[in-house]
Amino acid sequence: MNLQLGAILRVFEPDSPQTRAIFDLGLVSSVILALIFAIVAGIIVYALMRFRWREGEPDPQQLAGNKTVELVWTAIPCAIVLALFILTARTMGLSDPAPAIEPDLIVIGHQWWWEARYVKTGAVVANEIHIPVGRALSIRLDSTDVLHEFWVPELARKITAVPGHPNHIWIEADKAGTYLGVCSEFCGTEHAWMRFLVIAEPPEQFDAWEQAQLQPSARLVEGPAAKGLALFQKMSCVNCHAINGTAANARVGPDLTHFASRRQFGAGIAENTPDNLRRWLADPHCVKPGVNMPNFNFTDEQLTLLVAYLETLK
Amino acid sequence: MNEIAATLFRAGLLTAEQREHWKRAWLSTVDHKRIGILYMVTALVFFALGGIEAIFIRLQLAVPKNTLLHPDTYNMLFTMHGTTMIFLVAMPALFGLANYVVPLQIGARDMAFPRLNAFGFWLVPFGGILLHFSFLAGGAPAVGWFAYAPLSETPYSSQLGVDYWALALLVLGIGSVGASINFIVTVLTQRAPNMTLRRLPLFSWMIFINSFLVILALPVLNAGLVMLLIDRRLDTHFFLPPGGGSAIMWQHIFWAFGHPEVYIVAIPAFGILSEIIPVFSRKPIFGYEFVAGSTVAIALLSLLVWAHHMFTVGLGHTVDLFFVASSLLIAIPTGVKVLNWSATMVGGRLRLDTPMLFGVAALIQFLLAGLTGVSHAVAALDWQTKNSYYLVAHFHFVFVGLIVFAILGALHFGFLK
Repeated sequence: MNLQLGAILRVFEPDSPQTRAIFDLGLVSSVILALIFAIVAGIIVYALMRFRWREGEPDPQQLAGNKTVELVWTAIPCAIVLALFILTARTMGLSDPAPAIEPDLIVIGHQWWWEARYVKTGAVVANEIHIPVGRALSIRLDSTDVLHEFWVPELARKITAVPGHPNHIWIEADKAGTYLGVCSEFCGTEHAWMRFLVIAEPPEQFDAWEQAQLQPSARLVEGPAAKGLALFQKMSCVNCHAINGTAANARVGPDLTHFASRRQFGAGIAENTPDNLRRWLADPHCVKPGVNMPNFNFTDEQLTLLVAYLETLK
Repeated sequence: MNEIAATLFRAGLLTAEQREHWKRAWLSTVDHKRIGILYMVTALVFFALGGIEAIFIRLQLAVPKNTLLHPDTYNMLFTMHGTTMIFLVAMPALFGLANYVVPLQIGARDMAFPRLNAFGFWLVPFGGILLHFSFLAGGAPAVGWFAYAPLSETPYSSQLGVDYWALALLVLGIGSVGASINFIVTVLTQRAPNMTLRRLPLFSWMIFINSFLVILALPVLNAGLVMLLIDRRLDTHFFLPPGGGSAIMWQHIFWAFGHPEVYIVAIPAFGILSEIIPVFSRKPIFGYEFVAGSTVAIALLSLLVWAHHMFTVGLGHTVDLFFVASSLLIAIPTGVKVLNWSATMVGGRLRLDTPMLFGVAALIQFLLAGLTGVSHAVAALDWQTKNSYYLVAHFHFVFVGLIVFAILGALHFGFLK
């Protein structure tokens, strides 16, 4: 199965004011720390070259210390530490401003996928978050089970999703693009496949996308897709998934109303193609071991109908 | 009578009448040298085990989308690797070294409590077996060596692995506290006449300070482990948010132990460097009082820095800034130490024998570990680097670069003669 990454983690290419502040702090502190390393390692290497023991030489001067020197090299680190403290405090304010009163977006970590709810419009999506370019969105982060960590290195600071302790961050993108996000707190079996995409697009395009996400699924009367829908409702799919416009409204697994519009499924494990989807439905554990969706042992015919139906959910 | 017994006899570790039943003599020993060696041999066995686990981790990571290991197996391996290397390798190896060396350095006949000493040692193999027995009891823990709740709670880790993990660490923690009480009493009461605390060799000084740290830190972990076990076995909810518990509380408890723990294994290594560097520079240590005093400062500060492991948890900027300040402060006494060691070398007559080669390598690698540590104290940077390989690299520079190299240096050094 081919893996569609969509993007890679670009830690050194900040694309928002918040992450740029962190990156700048990183540059400054790297320079300071590298200088200290060069000086101290330089002294050690110098000593190794200059003060080697040779046969017949007398013992060196038995110097046991020097108070002035000690005071000087205690004072210098104090000054460096103070400078780093001030820089840190400043950057914390820049990269993590106080949260908005009402979040724009609620992101919820699940074992092992992400749910995002757009508060104003009520759109619900999974593993693919769209944001308008140039506008900061306030995110409230929750978890339904264990600890997860929301990390899109180019766009926002990372923050843990703690059950029972909502956290807030701002996310923003300076330019349009697709950004990879990962869970960066170990959260169990499929921690490695808890990826998501953040798609930054021009505001008009974003608004159109959001409106499209609010549409219920199309009514189906006949054909394989309609049979697939009937099957979806008859089988236990509806116990976990929601599809707007049908009877399915459970919130355990990802919302599938616009499933076919997403680029990948299984939190990044597979490109969203009919073939991959068929393989997933045939045995989810074969594709993503440990995933919470059970194997329903669908027949070949049932698989065809279900895939036909799910592919209509644009 | 065989080769091992003959070697031990020649090394003065076996009396003539014990040569016939040397195994029993060793298994029932209360002698500090023998216990020291038993500690180190045990650490070596677990070092091999933890190393094999690391090899499997690297094999799995050698290519993307590797199917060599099931995800759960991989998670068990890195959990066991971390737990083994810290509790069953670093700590016993350093306790073993201290057991062997401290009584010799201070001119004592033995440790103050020889039987407590033997008890402390035997808890190490017992704890190690308890931990590894989990493989046979349905699966090793797969929750990371930090076992963050709620993942470590029954709803998400229903097998017995976490229970064995918690019991094993409880057992090891009790052993460590016993050994540390022993070190403190030994240093306070068994010193040779005229050896004041200000004349104590630096290695013994640091073991002395370190033992206080063990007594303060390990019981915090043990309390947390008991709470976790009660949660798992008796259905309480200390760390389960749906029942009113707090997931963050586990992190506070774990790191209130976990950060001092880093210094617990680093301070003895500092002690080793403080012995090796002057000897092979043919010069006394530069600033004895500052090297000894900075250890006290590090030990005190290390109890106040734990939440720098939690900068991404969302404790709020005020709390974060407190821990930024305390974590940056600890860099000062640490830096003073490194500078004193370097100054000892400057103007000396350096003999680059094997212990010194390990010593200098440990010093430079520790410099790297310490400086990357400073970048972790800078909280806003942590908001990108936390839980990344940058962090993994940082603490492996401490554990391998400093601690393993220092131990190897000590073993090559005249320490064990």
